[in-house]
Amino acid sequence: MSIQCQNVSKSFGDFHALQDVTVEIDSGQLTAVLGPSGGGKSTLLRIIAGLETADSGTVLIEGQDVTHVLARDRGIGFVFQHYAAFTHMTVWENVAFGLKIQKTPKEKIRGRVNDLLNLVHLDGLAKRYPSELSGGQRQRMALARALAVEPGLLLLDEPFGALDVKVRQELRDWLRRLHDEVHTTTIFVTHDQEEAMEIADQIIVINAGRVEQAGTPDTLYDRPANQFVMGFLGPVTQLGDRMVRPHDIRVSTQPEAGAQEAVVDRLTSLGFETRIVARPTNNGSPVTVQLTRNQINELNLQVGSRVYLSTYPTAQQVSMPA
Amino acid sequence: MGRYALRYGVLAYLSMLLVVPVGMIAYRTFQHGVSPVWDALSSDSATSAIKLSLLIAAIAVPINVVFGIATGWLLARRKMPVPWLVNAIINLPFAMSPVIIGLAVFQLYGRTGWIGQYLFDHQIPVLFTWKAMVIATVFISLPFVVREVVPVLEEIGTDQEQAAEVLGATALQGFFRVTLPAIRWAVVYGTILTVARALGEYGAVNLVSSNIVGQGLTLPLYVDNRVNQLDPTSAYSAGLLLAVISLIILVGMTTLSGRRHRTAEETTA
Repeated sequence: MSIQCQNVSKSFGDFHALQDVTVEIDSGQLTAVLGPSGGGKSTLLRIIAGLETADSGTVLIEGQDVTHVLARDRGIGFVFQHYAAFTHMTVWENVAFGLKIQKTPKEKIRGRVNDLLNLVHLDGLAKRYPSELSGGQRQRMALARALAVEPGLLLLDEPFGALDVKVRQELRDWLRRLHDEVHTTTIFVTHDQEEAMEIADQIIVINAGRVEQAGTPDTLYDRPANQFVMGFLGPVTQLGDRMVRPHDIRVSTQPEAGAQEAVVDRLTSLGFETRIVARPTNNGSPVTVQLTRNQINELNLQVGSRVYLSTYPTAQQVSMPA
Repeated sequence: MGRYALRYGVLAYLSMLLVVPVGMIAYRTFQHGVSPVWDALSSDSATSAIKLSLLIAAIAVPINVVFGIATGWLLARRKMPVPWLVNAIINLPFAMSPVIIGLAVFQLYGRTGWIGQYLFDHQIPVLFTWKAMVIATVFISLPFVVREVVPVLEEIGTDQEQAAEVLGATALQGFFRVTLPAIRWAVVYGTILTVARALGEYGAVNLVSSNIVGQGLTLPLYVDNRVNQLDPTSAYSAGLLLAVISLIILVGMTTLSGRRHRTAEETTA
């Protein structure tokens, strides 16, 4: 299902969670809504779900205006950050809940629930209660529960945020594979840029209640619309009046036209890469540069070395406001 | 040594204060065997008191359970206007002497009271009947279910209710299939406390009762009446019956408090 949010605004008291947000999400895509905490990304997801009402603006699902349609009539699946497991029901009953509400025939429920438990690798745990599961298992159960009603749209609110790193990576890969199999339009909220870059087809960056940029991971990384997007998607440093990535700075020991003269202040070895911090001789702010160990050796860099910094022609850069 | 002195000191104090007196009632009751006790409890006046106590509890407790769950939900979900005032009113029976609550009901339903005037005009007797005693009991046992349910509802949050909603459940389906089962032990615990209070109430019902033996006496009122009428066997027998009921409630509460804790762990799952 395709989603359109047009001029959506939402305030909680004095706090403007969303200000005039317009986004478009194509059918069948895996989209990440990325941004810092408190930036409004969860609010946007909850408005699309119908769990929150926008103060103004409209939400269209498949071209239909659903702004005033109840959450339960929107045909969506929703996965909560803290699982929202029905604690008094077994895994099986949790997954069957939506089907029972729809009064699906018992035989069909049994088949569908078993298929889903198989899909999320919880077949053996059907009779367990959520309190007897690990975090990753609970979240897989929540996913199965959301998928049971065959939603046209799957929404996930920081689905892996409460899990440890290893499990998070596993579930991330698994969500991508699942999406490749079932092709349900999926939107997930995350504050982890790596997670978004890794699995999403499209990323919408939201900050302070506004859309900063929307596009493919490559577009966002290579052509960031502004400082915020550039800074949020990867490490940045400042060279002169421009913001660049530390690995896009060229270091030379010979003076060059247009290069900034600087003195190496610090060398930090991080295994295969080495990070140097250089202080420009014109008293500009310190510049961080990322180099390989071989480059350091070739240039024979040490603390106190005089260097000339410029950017590679292909480097992405955003000018800083004066 | 000091530790032991403190431990046994506390135990001795509790014994003198509670165990010995209650034990004395049991001893006095059965001093002359079981049959006088049976006779005393099966007398018309005693069975009338037992029945009245049960009747009042049977009406007051369900009212307070339904009211308690509804109010608790509204308070926990921040849907109640002026919540601080509502909370204060609900807590009133904790802070106020039961006699004052009895007096308030007496005032309101008396011949000159706001409601009483209307009732007397339409010849609906309430004051000095079991109806007034039910009203006083409802008031006195009002807070227990609310106070048990609110913290559990706050702890489980709205996630489960919203999950049910997105899965197609109506608000009512969500409440009965998800919310109510999640708070079930808090409801049971609150209900038991309500039953205990309703059965044991003396001061408030005393003021609005006709105090006629065999008609207007609950078990606690009956015990008091028998003491004053110098009928120790009946007084002790009825008193012991009340104590036994309390003991059963106590055992029930102890068993359940473990479950309540387990539910709390489940809900954070």
